[in-house]
Amino acid sequence: MTTILDPTDERVPVTRQLAPRSGTITGRLALLDIAKPKGNHLLDRLQALLMARHPQVEVTRYSKPTFTKPAPDALRAKIREENDFVIEALAD
Amino acid sequence: MQIPEFALKGLAGEDLSRPQPGLVCFIKEDCPTCQTVVPVLQALHEQWGDALPVIAVGQTAEGNRVLADRHGLSVPIADDSALKISFAADIDTVPTLFALGEDGTLAPGTAPQVGFVKDDWRAFLHALGSAAGRPELALDWDELPDWRPGCGSLSVDPQHADRLRAEADNSPIRARKLTIGALDDPFEFMFDQGFSDGLPLVPPTPERVLRMLGGTGRDPQSVIASMPPNLAELTVEKVAINAVMAGCKPEYLPVVIAAIEAICTDEYNIHGVMATTMGASPVIVVNGPIRRQIDMNMEVGALGQGNRANATIGRAVRLTVRNVGGARPGGTERSTLGNPAKFTQCFAEWEERHPWEPLHVERGFKREESVVTVFTMSSGPVLMVDQDSRSGRQLAASFGLCLEAIWHPRAHYATEALVVVCPEHVDTFVKDGFDKAAIRARIQEVTERRIADLAADDDCAVGFQPAALARMSDADRERKLAKFKDVGDIHMTVAGGDAGKFSGAFHGWATGTIGSQMVSRRIDD
Repeated sequence: MTTILDPTDERVPVTRQLAPRSGTITGRLALLDIAKPKGNHLLDRLQALLMARHPQVEVTRYSKPTFTKPAPDALRAKIREENDFVIEALAD
Repeated sequence: MQIPEFALKGLAGEDLSRPQPGLVCFIKEDCPTCQTVVPVLQALHEQWGDALPVIAVGQTAEGNRVLADRHGLSVPIADDSALKISFAADIDTVPTLFALGEDGTLAPGTAPQVGFVKDDWRAFLHALGSAAGRPELALDWDELPDWRPGCGSLSVDPQHADRLRAEADNSPIRARKLTIGALDDPFEFMFDQGFSDGLPLVPPTPERVLRMLGGTGRDPQSVIASMPPNLAELTVEKVAINAVMAGCKPEYLPVVIAAIEAICTDEYNIHGVMATTMGASPVIVVNGPIRRQIDMNMEVGALGQGNRANATIGRAVRLTVRNVGGARPGGTERSTLGNPAKFTQCFAEWEERHPWEPLHVERGFKREESVVTVFTMSSGPVLMVDQDSRSGRQLAASFGLCLEAIWHPRAHYATEALVVVCPEHVDTFVKDGFDKAAIRARIQEVTERRIADLAADDDCAVGFQPAALARMSDADRERKLAKFKDVGDIHMTVAGGDAGKFSGAFHGWATGTIGSQMVSRRIDD
């Protein structure tokens, strides 16, 4: 871990920025299971609700090989290529 | 020297705090003198410990264990592997032995024992024991050497010292700390945050920034400017952070600070220089003794790449404008084409290569003062190629004809120029007794044009417009204008390699109070 000092006038927070929100739910949505126990239960329920309320949304499920490590580059690239949004189930 | 209150752990994980009264000795395992004194500490612990607790403060966790095993120690050894207590107590040398009174300060009449001088330690402990009503310490002093110097404390080791200074309660660092995750690349992070001019940056860690701040005597929190376009308060610390990122050495920092003070004046107008679509950028010229102290290039290729001071001073100024001022291309920086000088443009004058007054002396400073001068260029360096003139008169005429192209040949009285005379051209001028005034006068002489000849026409719409000409008298239209409104608009300096008849000129931007005027600033430590 590296600590550096902010070279700016510190008016803007440096925290990672949220992607722009469109206000509507359309397009392709990835549901990413990080492979922690019961994460799939949460995602199953979420997927059912989404499909009932937003039938126009195209949902695809993905899983990380293990929750202990970051998603492999190939998986991140695939999710990015195939989707407009991601919902990640972080923990059990 | 004072020892702060502390809460450290012993070898068995027990809590150890500052003994009041008591004895504290700072040690590290790889110090032979510390090996010499630990039996003394052990004897003190065994014989006096009930009334005068003794704590050894060890500087590495593993070393503490090794010491205890090797010497069969039961004296408590506190783990100061973070070195915070050693640093706070200002320990330079181990061993250093302190006697503390009931209030935790140095016991009255005692001074810390640094290193090991047997007679001093004996006298120190004798006095301490007598005052506490203890029997004489039973110890075979003859076994001990008469004198051993101590070793450097780890807390002043260059590997740790800057970090400790940065982390200390009285650290001069106030800037927001950004923690970059272990899985993130610091270089990529800095690009992602928009800190970069497009080239990699040196990560401005607290240690590096502290070292950079060592290059100036100024208070890190002193405000040196209000930096446009955001009019952000610019502290010395923020300059130092950007100077680290640019790759500066600490000794360059005073030059960077002076250059930034210069561009943030109303006369220089960095706001307009950054915002203009014209592609203007500061050119920084350094004069005086500091040129050689920081090894600036003023000779072969002085205006190009390859010299750390030239390259990074200019870059530090630009990064500060970008990061603190907020001038970013596409935002408030609107240059149509941009300009490579927007990365960096800084060089030194080769003052010793010509007999004229150097730039800073012409501008009212003493030769022995170090001065930075900033000029706003919109183009350049544009070469003035003359390998044929053998007289100063001819060569100065060539300069004039080349400079007439600044902006547009019909643009007279429009802007200024910074002429960089190369050494071979200097020799041609000097041979004929041409000084700067003579060169300027000749430039003006050969560029004089009738206003009627500077008029817009069907072939080219640039020039005096028909409506303006119509308002003039015949005499006005016959009046001649030189290229520059005033000879003072022709600034001159000397740099470059000894071979080659190629002088150069930086063409100016909007001048006067509506534009940017040249500003010089003395470089202070």
